[in-house]
Amino acid sequence: MALLEIRNVTRRFGALEAVKDVSLAIEAGEFFTLLGPSGCGKTTILRMIAGFDAPDEGEILLDGVSLAGVPPERRPLHTVFQSYALFPHMTVAGNIAFPLEMAKESAPAIRRRVAETLALVHLEDKAASFPHQLSGGQKQRVALARGLVNKPRLLLLDEPLGALDAKLRVEMQIELIALQREVGITFVFVTHSQQEALALSHRIAVMKDGRVEQLDEPDRLYTQPANRFVADFIGKINLLEVEVTASSKVLLGLHAPGLGEIAATDPRPIAVGERGVFALRPELIRVHGHKESADLKNRFEGRVRELLYLGDVTLYKVELANGVPVEALMPNAAPGRAKFHEVGDAVWICWRHDAGVFLRD
Amino acid sequence: MNKARFWLWAASLAVYAFLYIPLAVVVIFSFNDSMLNAEWAGFTTRWYAKLMHDEDMLRAAANSLLIALMSASIATLLGAMAGLAIHRYRPRWLPFLVLTPVAMPEILLGVSLLLFFRQVLDLSLGLLSILVAHVTFSIGFVAVIVRARLAGMDESIFEAARDLGATPWATFRRVTLPLILPALLAGFLMAFTLSIDDFVITFFVAGVGVNTLPLQIYSMIKVAVTPEVNAVSTLLMALTLTLILTASRFAPDVLKGRA
Repeated sequence: MALLEIRNVTRRFGALEAVKDVSLAIEAGEFFTLLGPSGCGKTTILRMIAGFDAPDEGEILLDGVSLAGVPPERRPLHTVFQSYALFPHMTVAGNIAFPLEMAKESAPAIRRRVAETLALVHLEDKAASFPHQLSGGQKQRVALARGLVNKPRLLLLDEPLGALDAKLRVEMQIELIALQREVGITFVFVTHSQQEALALSHRIAVMKDGRVEQLDEPDRLYTQPANRFVADFIGKINLLEVEVTASSKVLLGLHAPGLGEIAATDPRPIAVGERGVFALRPELIRVHGHKESADLKNRFEGRVRELLYLGDVTLYKVELANGVPVEALMPNAAPGRAKFHEVGDAVWICWRHDAGVFLRD
Repeated sequence: MNKARFWLWAASLAVYAFLYIPLAVVVIFSFNDSMLNAEWAGFTTRWYAKLMHDEDMLRAAANSLLIALMSASIATLLGAMAGLAIHRYRPRWLPFLVLTPVAMPEILLGVSLLLFFRQVLDLSLGLLSILVAHVTFSIGFVAVIVRARLAGMDESIFEAARDLGATPWATFRRVTLPLILPALLAGFLMAFTLSIDDFVITFFVAGVGVNTLPLQIYSMIKVAVTPEVNAVSTLLMALTLTLILTASRFAPDVLKGRA
C-alpha cells in the first residue's frame, strides 16, 4: 500500500478548477516531485495534503486512512514553506523545539532531539541565534530541521530553494538529497524548476492546468516525454512537425514537410498517416561542415544563424532548408572536432535513427 | 546656505516655536514664585506642594487615572480582537465600524454618547459613563496598531504553527500573542494617553459631581490661570509625553505614519 494516496481529487476556486481529477500514489521513502509552471495546481495539492485546504471531490489517504476533516495539527506530516516561516521571536533551538513541545515531549527528550537535529543540518553553533541573524541558506536549514525533528511520516516542501541564489541552490540540492537519504523520510517537493526536479527526485509528476501530464522517473521524463508540453517543459528540445509515412515493428518513417524523410524508432503501434511532432534533444544532434563527415542516417543541410559559446558546450541555432530553426548542442571537448562553425556557414546536421521521439498530437 | 533653504528653516522654526513656546511658558511659570503669570519672581516648587494638598484636584487625578487604566485595558482587549478579526477575515464593514469613532469630531461623539446614555440606556452619568465613552473612542486606535503589526508579518508563520502540531489556541498563545505584544503595549499606552487628557467627550458624559483632571483644570481656569494650574498641566504634559515616547518605542511604525 502506498504511504500517501491522492484519489480523484478536484479542487475549485469559484469558476476555476485548480486541480482536476488528480490521482497519485506516493511510496514510503520516496523523493516525489510535483513539477509545473505557476498556476498548474501543484501548491494547491500540497496545501490539501497539509490540511490548509480541502478537496471538493475525491480524497487523500495516509496509510490507507482518509485525512478528510483532520486538522493540520493532527496530521503526522510537516511543511517547509517557501518563506521558511520561522518564528521570529524564537531562537533557532526554540523553533526546532516547537513541534516537540506541541507533542508534549519531556524536556530532556526535547533537548536531546534538538541537539541531534541541529547536528544533522550543521547548525550546532547557531542554536541561540534568532532567525533575523541567519543567512538565507541557514534559515532554510532551520526550516528543514524544524520539519524533520519529530520524524513526520511525510515532509512537504513548497519551493524551498526558490529564495536562494543560484550557487547556494545547487549546494542545498546536494544537501537535500543527502538529508533525505539519511533520515529516510518521504519528501513531497513542489517546484517550477525542471532542473531542480530532475536533480532531486525519484519520481516526478509534471502538471499543467490542474492535471498530471506525465508521471515518471527523471530520465524517462527526459528521454521519453509523453507529449508536446512535457517535452517542451523539461529541458531544451526541438519540435518538428511530421506525418507518419511508414511503421513496422520498431521502425518509424516520418515525413517533415519541406525537409524530407526522417528515420526513427518507436515500440508503440503507430498507424501510417498519423500526425504529430518529432521531438529531438539538442545534444543528440551533431553539426558538421562537410556532407561526408555527417555520416548518420538522418542528415539535413542548413545554415548557422546564431551560436552561443558556453564554455563546455556550444549552442548552434541552425536554420534548415524549410526555414525551421533547430538547436544543436556540441561539446567543445569532443574528440576530432575540427573547428567552430561560424554564423552564416553552410553546415550538415545529423542524428542517429534511435534519437528523438515521435509525439502524437 | 541658499535663499530657499533659509526660508524653509525660518518657516519650520516659526512653526515649532508657535507649537512649543506656549507649552514652555506653562512649564516655566509653574516654577514661578508669584501668583501672577506676568513676571519671573524666582524659582519655587510650592505650587506642586500645594497641589498635593488640594482635595478636589487629588480626587480628579484619582478618577482620571482609574478611568484611563480601565478604559485602556478594555479598549486594548476589544481593539486587539477587532484588529485580529479585520486582519484574518477581511470583513468589509468592520474596519469602518471600528475606525469611524477615531475620525468622528469629538463634539459629535460627546453629544451622541450623552443622548445614548440618557435617552436610550437611562444610565446615570458618572464614572461608568465616562469609562464607556473612553473605551468607545480608544478601540479604533488599538485596532489600527494591532492590524498594522499583523500586516507586516509573514502569513505563513501562523500556518506553520498549525502544521507543526499547535492547536488554534496554542498558535495564538505561542505565536500570535508574543508577536503582537509590542502592538498591544503601544495600543494600551495610546489609549491611556487619549483617556487621561480627553476633555470634550468627558465634559458631555461626566454629569455633575464627578470630575476628571482636564475637567478640574477647566473649572479652575474659569476663575484665573493660577500657577497651580500651570503645575498640574506640567505634570499631565510630562506623563503624556512619557507615555507617547514609550508607545513609539514598541510600535515605531505608528509614529512614522505607516500604520
